Amino acid sequence: MDFDLTDDQRLLTESITRLLADQYAFDQRKAILKSSQGWSPALWGKYAELGLLGLPIAEEHGGFGGGAVEVMLLMQVFGRHLVLEPYLATVVLGGTAIRLAGDAGQKGEILPAIASGAMKLAFAHYEREARYDIADVQTTATPKDGGFVLEGAKSVVLHGDCADRLIVSARTAGGRDDAEGISLFLVDAGAEGVARRGYPLRDGTRAAELSLSGVRVPASALLGERDNALPVIERVVEAGIAATAAEVVGAMEAMQAMTLEYLKTRQQFGRPIGENQALQHRAAEMLVALEQGRSMAMLASMMVEEPDAAERARSISMAKVGVGQAGRFVSQQAIQLHGGIGMTDEYAVGHFFRRVMVIEHLFGDTDWHLDRLADQVA
Amino acid sequence: MDLRFTPEEVAFREEVRAFIRDNLPPEIRERMRLGHPPRKQDTIAWQRILNRKGWAAYSWPKEWGGPGWSPIQRMIFLEENLSAPAPEMLSFNITMIGPVLIQFGTEAQKRRFLPRAANLDDWWCQGFSEPGAGSDLASLKTRAVREGDHYVVNGQKIWTSTAHNADWCFCLVRTNPQAAKRQEGISFLLIDMRTPGVEVRPIISIDGSHHLNEVFFTDVKVPVENLVGEENRGWNVAKYLLGNERTGIARLGKSKERVRFAKEVAREVRKRGRPLIEDRAFRARVAQLEVDMKALEITQLRVVSAYAKSADGRPDPLSSVLKIKGTELLQATSELAMDVGGPQAMPVWQQELAQLANEPPIGPEWAPQMAPNYLMLRAASIYGGTNEIQKNILTKAVLGL
Ligand SMILES: Cc1cc2nc3c(=O)[nH]c(=O)nc-3n(C[C@H](O)[C@H](O)[C@H](O)COP(=O)(O)OP(=O)(O)OC[C@H]3O[C@@H](n4cnc5c(N)ncnc54)[C@H](O)[C@@H]3O)c2cc1C
Repeated sequence: MDFDLTDDQRLLTESITRLLADQYAFDQRKAILKSSQGWSPALWGKYAELGLLGLPIAEEHGGFGGGAVEVMLLMQVFGRHLVLEPYLATVVLGGTAIRLAGDAGQKGEILPAIASGAMKLAFAHYEREARYDIADVQTTATPKDGGFVLEGAKSVVLHGDCADRLIVSARTAGGRDDAEGISLFLVDAGAEGVARRGYPLRDGTRAAELSLSGVRVPASALLGERDNALPVIERVVEAGIAATAAEVVGAMEAMQAMTLEYLKTRQQFGRPIGENQALQHRAAEMLVALEQGRSMAMLASMMVEEPDAAERARSISMAKVGVGQAGRFVSQQAIQLHGGIGMTDEYAVGHFFRRVMVIEHLFGDTDWHLDRLADQVA
Repeated sequence: MDLRFTPEEVAFREEVRAFIRDNLPPEIRERMRLGHPPRKQDTIAWQRILNRKGWAAYSWPKEWGGPGWSPIQRMIFLEENLSAPAPEMLSFNITMIGPVLIQFGTEAQKRRFLPRAANLDDWWCQGFSEPGAGSDLASLKTRAVREGDHYVVNGQKIWTSTAHNADWCFCLVRTNPQAAKRQEGISFLLIDMRTPGVEVRPIISIDGSHHLNEVFFTDVKVPVENLVGEENRGWNVAKYLLGNERTGIARLGKSKERVRFAKEVAREVRKRGRPLIEDRAFRARVAQLEVDMKALEITQLRVVSAYAKSADGRPDPLSSVLKIKGTELLQATSELAMDVGGPQAMPVWQQELAQLANEPPIGPEWAPQMAPNYLMLRAASIYGGTNEIQKNILTKAVLGL
């Protein structure tokens, strides 16, 4: 058992913290949010320079060779600053899919391009009617002229509007909800028949509706085994859960700190509101939730590379539930203890609140994962 | 002891329900059912329809254009209105300034303002809170100095809901900074929002909407005839206003309507291959909310019928129970509706803009509206006396701690 960070890991956290303290103050972030893309290409370049885009990518592919713990540390700092760049979509979701399913040629082409910042990816898997069910794929891929033709639509594709390459799931066999018969394809965002409509989510991060009509791809676009992509999709989703769990921890830390400061400085009835024991206990409950959530985010990161699929899935579901509940409590209390000011867009608390709210509704919500765990109670 | 409504009360509920069904414009109802907040014109249109029937000023006596209903009738009416769902009557007009003027106003003030408030010819807003005076309202600083037949007002209000729509503002101001107790130097003034020196600045809230404002007063001249009650006795007026209308405080009809809606859309949404409505975990969550709503319904009936029988008409401290539980349920039911939407509830899709650009909705039309509803309702436990302050009232007034 060891919860200590290595020197390298500490340095990593420090360098990201320094960069974001300098570049991602609340007002700077607001300017990025208002820009047409909704994220900063300049900072994307900076992340590449610092090696962050190649953090979990092997050194042979131009990466840093880090693992889940390094990603957790980075996402935690990103959570404290509410980073808007397409890191989750490109490096975590896209990178994991390529790492797990790509052949030598695909890895050799794409992973170095992720690490250098030359290519952005999006994971175009979930569909409008699927909600959180990962086998509910209705998009089809029909063999034709040695390649495939894709037909269908994908919904709320994270950063799907800016991606250069899309990782699209589609049915090559079976019917709706079947675990087998799903395949993954690499699709150029500019390919004929691909239409994208970008929009912001409630937290300001970008997403897109994607439609695919008669999109032709060559056989070499197939990513991983034909008809058997579900295990890969599951692992991509798990990586997303582990990364966003860490992000929520960072957001909770920020909200906790802001609330504490406010309790000390806001005066009502002639004294700081934090002198009311009711509010002191509430702050203590927030701390309890934060620490429990932090433990669960660690669990997710430690287990995301676990080879036993059932054990891995169980741990990840536990983490999604634990972090989801902690995040909801901490963010709701953060607004409540701020009173009116917490309700304004001008103030940072509400932005953290909305990030936590959006993450709750990605990759299966608390109820969904709790239900999955309930199935396995022995 | 009988939990059932009397036959007269049942008949009354049927009458209200039928009137709303026959008179609420369908497009307003449909917008609200899909979760959109009522637009300014919707609130005005519906309040005028009700006023023609004599119902808009539902808590006022007949003499001033109200229906003269009992507290139970008012409660039934409010619940039917919310569960329609129809726009709520503008509370600043109906449950705040109206009863205040009926109780404290001069004959001239009543004649001038009450009919226009009932018909929403004047839109009122509430200028109480200030940057330094929220829960501790008595610490307010906005100054009013008497000069001849005017007061000259200087200061700032904040969180003033819908001030940008408002024609008039009822305001708490400090007229005597030297008073022995802070509560004793406060007066209650009616300020025409078009007076020179009144400036309204928007505050955008976390749901992305413009509901809140800051209101600045710079040398604003207010005729002395717009003082309500006595000078320096405005705190009593404010206390009356805040304690006056407690029947509707739980807004239970809204929570019920949201649960009904969530169940309806849960038929369209799938979880693990089946309609969400068939899912045990979802049904257990709904059942829990229905239990809590039933308990609140009966508690509300108890508070309201005790109020109906009380001689002094003083607010029951137990109404804090209604506020605490009612807002918790508003929050929990809006959370439920958002969770049904899931990822489809997360996009920002502005209906009006999108329709202009001829864009199809993202997912089902109702879904993207669920997140802003949930976000805005986080404020329900903050405005109208925070839930912490409500608990302080209970610990002191009921528990004697
Ligand atoms: C959406 C919205 C609409 C509003 N509309 C209006 C309006 O139209 N007109 C108007 O005048 N005002 C309006 N308000 C203001 C509202 O009444 C105040 O926000 C409220 O009174 C709380 O004041 P505050 O925001 O200054 O918070 P504070 O009073 O600073 O409270 C901050 C936190 O401290 C807690 N706290 C404070 N004192 C104590 C104590 N003694 N014991 C325990 N806990 C305590 C509070 O519960 C809260 O959690 C609105 C507010 C919102 C959010």
